[in-house]
Amino acid sequence: MSRHPCIWMGLGLSAIFGQAQAAWDVNMRSGATDVSRSVFDLHMTIFWICVVIGVLVFGVMIWSMVAHRRSKRQHSAHFHENTRVEVLWTVIPLLILVGMAIPATRTLIHIYDSSESDVDVQITGYQWKWHYKYLGEDVEFFSNLTTPREQINNQAPKGENYLLEVDEPLVIPAGAKVRFLITAADVIHSWWVPDLAVKKDAIPGFINESWTRVEEPGIYRGQCTELCGKDHGFMPVVVEVKSAEDYAAWLGEKKAEAAKVAELTSKDWTLAELTERGEKIYQTSCASCHQVGGEGIPPMFPALKGSAIATGDIEAHINIVVNGKPGTAMAAFGKQLSEVDLAAVITYERNAWGNETGEMVTPKDVLDFKQAEEATQ
Amino acid sequence: MSAVIDDHGHAGHDHHHGPAKGLSRWLLTTNHKDIGSMYLWFSFCAFLLGGSMAMVIRAELFQPGLQIVQPEFFNQMTTMHGLIMVFGAVMPAFVGLANWMIPLMIGAPDMALPRMNNFSFWLLPAAFGLLVSTLFMEGGGPNFGWTFYAPLSTTYAPESVTFFIFAIHLMGISSIMGAINVIATILNLRAPGMTLMKMPLFVWTWLITAFLLIAVMPVLAGVVTMMLMDIHFGTSFFSAAGGGDPVLFQHVFWFFGHPEVYIMILPAFGAVSSIIPAFSRKPLFGYTSMVYATGAIAFLSFIVWAHHMFTVGIPLTGELFFMYATMLIAVPTGVKVFNWVSTMWRGSLTFEAPMLFAVAFVILFTIGGFSGLMLAIAPADFQYHDTYFVVAHFHYVLVPGAIFGIFASAYYWLPKWTGHMYDETLAKLHFWMSFIGMNLAFFPMHFVGLAGMPRRIPDYNMMFANFNMVSSVGAFMFGATQLLFLFIVIKCIRGGEPAPAKPWDGAEGLEWSVPSPAPYHTFQTPPDMSDVHEHRKGTGGELTP
Repeated sequence: MSRHPCIWMGLGLSAIFGQAQAAWDVNMRSGATDVSRSVFDLHMTIFWICVVIGVLVFGVMIWSMVAHRRSKRQHSAHFHENTRVEVLWTVIPLLILVGMAIPATRTLIHIYDSSESDVDVQITGYQWKWHYKYLGEDVEFFSNLTTPREQINNQAPKGENYLLEVDEPLVIPAGAKVRFLITAADVIHSWWVPDLAVKKDAIPGFINESWTRVEEPGIYRGQCTELCGKDHGFMPVVVEVKSAEDYAAWLGEKKAEAAKVAELTSKDWTLAELTERGEKIYQTSCASCHQVGGEGIPPMFPALKGSAIATGDIEAHINIVVNGKPGTAMAAFGKQLSEVDLAAVITYERNAWGNETGEMVTPKDVLDFKQAEEATQ
Repeated sequence: MSAVIDDHGHAGHDHHHGPAKGLSRWLLTTNHKDIGSMYLWFSFCAFLLGGSMAMVIRAELFQPGLQIVQPEFFNQMTTMHGLIMVFGAVMPAFVGLANWMIPLMIGAPDMALPRMNNFSFWLLPAAFGLLVSTLFMEGGGPNFGWTFYAPLSTTYAPESVTFFIFAIHLMGISSIMGAINVIATILNLRAPGMTLMKMPLFVWTWLITAFLLIAVMPVLAGVVTMMLMDIHFGTSFFSAAGGGDPVLFQHVFWFFGHPEVYIMILPAFGAVSSIIPAFSRKPLFGYTSMVYATGAIAFLSFIVWAHHMFTVGIPLTGELFFMYATMLIAVPTGVKVFNWVSTMWRGSLTFEAPMLFAVAFVILFTIGGFSGLMLAIAPADFQYHDTYFVVAHFHYVLVPGAIFGIFASAYYWLPKWTGHMYDETLAKLHFWMSFIGMNLAFFPMHFVGLAGMPRRIPDYNMMFANFNMVSSVGAFMFGATQLLFLFIVIKCIRGGEPAPAKPWDGAEGLEWSVPSPAPYHTFQTPPDMSDVHEHRKGTGGELTP
C-alpha cells in the first residue's frame, strides 16, 4: 500500500519527463528511411568536424585572452607574418572540405535517383492545402488542416498534433519506392516531411521529382516550408504509411468513394441538405480568407456577407467560384471541388449570414455551367 | 609625420569655414563628416524601427497560438524587419563609417564626389519613407518576405508592391552612388606615398565591397523592374502561365543576394582588423593574406548563389557545383579567423568595449560560419532549408557579425568623432547585455530548426514552445539593451572626459594623427606617407614601439 504513491509519482515524473524531453529536442531526428539516416549521419559528421575546429580555434583564443592580458604581459610580441603557417592553414581546411564533400556527393547522387518507382503520386500545392493524385489509379483528394480555429485563437486547449493534423493524409505503402511529382497551382510552396528527409519546392509550371521508401508503417508529419502567403503556417503535410495489404484495401475504398460522389451529382437535393454540406466545405476551403462569418478581410479578401456576388446573379457567382479571379488570391475551385461540393458551397454562401436569397444551386447547374463553358472554348 | 594642418602654399583655399548654421547645414552639406554622421543616425533609427518589428515577431512567437497579430500582419512584420535591417540599418551604417573614416584613414580632405555624397544620403529617407508608408496603405505593406519570391510578390502581392519596387530602386541608386564615391575616393585621393598595400584593411574591404555593390545593385534593380513589368505591363518574366519562369526570379535575386550578404560583412571584417591589433598592441597578422582572402571571398560570392535554392530542383551537376563552390568559401574565411587569432596570440591584451565587441565578433561569426558550412552540404540542406536553423545561421553572421562590427567601430571611433571618451562601464554593460541577449535569442533557433520548425510562420506546434519562449526573452533583452547604446552615445556627445588625439595606446593609422574631435576640415594638405614602410602594412601614422 505504502509503495503506491511512489509508483504513481514515478509514473507521473516519467510522463512529464518524456513530454518535456520532446519539447527540449535539440537535434535533427534520424528519421524513417535510408536516405534520412544517411542525411542524419552526414549532419552529425559535419557537426563534429565543426566542433573540433571550434574547440581548437576558440581554445587558442581563450588561452590568449587569459594568458596574454596586459596585466600578465607588459610587452607584446611583434611577429606579423609566417608563410609556412599561412600555407598550412589554407591547405589543411581544403583537405577537410574534400573529406566532407565525398560522402555528401555520394548521398546526393542516391537522393537524385528517382527511377524505378512502384507508386507515383502527384503533389500539388495550393494556397493553403495540398492535393494528392495517385497516377494511374483515378484517386485524388485535398488534404486540409483540421486544427479547429478555437485552438488557434486560444479558446480551446491545443491538441498533441496542433497544426500538424489534416482531414486526409497522403497514404503510401510501406517498403515500396514512392515517387513524388511535385508542383503548385498558385504560388511556390515546399513539401517537407523531416522523417523522410524529403523537401522539394512546389513551383507553378514546373514538376519536381523526389522519392521515398519507408520501411515501417506509421504517421509522419511535416509542414510547408516556402512562404506562400497568409496561411503558410497552416498547411501541414501528413503521410500515413500503411502495410501493403492495408494500402491496397484503402485504395479500393477511395475508388468506391469516388464512384459514390459521381452518383451524388444526379441526386435530387433540398436546400437544407445543400447548405448543411456547403457549410463544411466553406469552413475548409473558404473561411481562411472570407472568414467564418463571411465578413472577409477587406480589401485583400472581400466580404461575402451581403456582397453583390453572393446575393446577385447566380451565374456570376458560379463563375467566380469555378474560375476564380485572375490576379487575386481567389483561386479557381472548378477543379479543386466536385460539382456537389461547388453547388453546396455556393448555395450556402447565398443563404448564410443574412444573405437570405432562398436560392438553390444544384450540382446539375454547376455541371451545365462547366459544360457550356467547355463548349464555347 | 605631421598632423598639423598646413595652410601655406594654398593661398586660394585658406579661408577655413566651419559648418553652416541651422537646418541647411544638414540639407546642403557636402562635408564627409556631416554626411557620415547623418548616415549613422539614419541607420540607428532604422535599426530601432526594424528592431521593434522583430519585437512584434518575437512577442507573437512567445507562445503557440495567435495572440498579438494576425498572420497577414505577421508576414508584413517579417518582411519589413528584413528589408529595413538589410537596406536601412546595416548598409547605411557601413556607408556612414566609410564616409567618416576613409578620408581620415587615407589622408584625403573629403570624399571625391561630395555633392553626389549628399544626394545619395538624402535619397535614403525618401526611399524608406515610401517603404514604411506601405504599411498604412489599403491591403497592407510587403508581405512576401525580404526575398520577395515571385509569383507571391507579383500576381499575389498587395497593391502597395509598386511602392516597394520604387523604394528598392531609390535605395539601389543611393548605394551605387555611394559605392562610386568610395572607389573614386580610394583610388584618387590617397595621400602621397600611401600605396594600396599600406591602406588600413577597412579601406581595402570597403574598396572591394564597393565593387560588389556596383556589380549587383543593378541586378536587383533589374529584377524589381521585371516584377514591375509583370504586374503592370502584362509581361510574364516570372509567370509560368505566360511562358515565364518563377525560378528565374530566384536565380536573379540570389545573384544579387549572395554578394549582398558579403556587402554587409566585409566592412566589418575591415574594422575588426584595425581594432584587434589596437587592443592586442601587436600588428595585424598576415595583412597581405587578409587582402587576398577578402578578394577571394568577393570572387566566390558571385558563383555560389544557387546554394539558396538547393530545393528548387536544379539538376544534380548544378547542385554539386554550387555545393563545392560554397564549401570553398570556408578557406578564405578561415584564413581571416586564423589571422585574427594569431594577432591576439602573445599580444598584450586589454578589453575595452571595442575589443569586447571585436572578440565576440570573431567567436560568434565563426559559429555562424560553421552553420554556414553545414548548410553548404546539399543533402543536409534539404533538412535545414527554410527552417529556423537558417534563421539562426544568418542572424549569427549578421548580428554578432555586421552589427557587433558596427558597435565595435562606433566605440573605437566615438572619441575621434565627439572629442569625448564614452562611459566605459555603461559600454561594457551594453556589450554583456547584447552578448547574452543575442545568444539567448538566436542559439535556441538552431534547436527548433533542427527539430523541424519552418521559418516565417506565426504559430507552431507545442514541441517548439520552450525554445521559442527562451528566444523571445533573449530578443526582448537584446532589443531593450540597444536603448542603452543610444543613451551612451548621447552622453558621449554631450560631454565626458576629453579624448586625446589618440585615445588607444595600441591604435595605428592616420585618423589618430588629427585632433579629437576631428576638425570640420582635415588633411587639406595631404600627409606624406612615403617614409612608412610597406612591411608595417595598414598602419599609417606614427608607429608604437
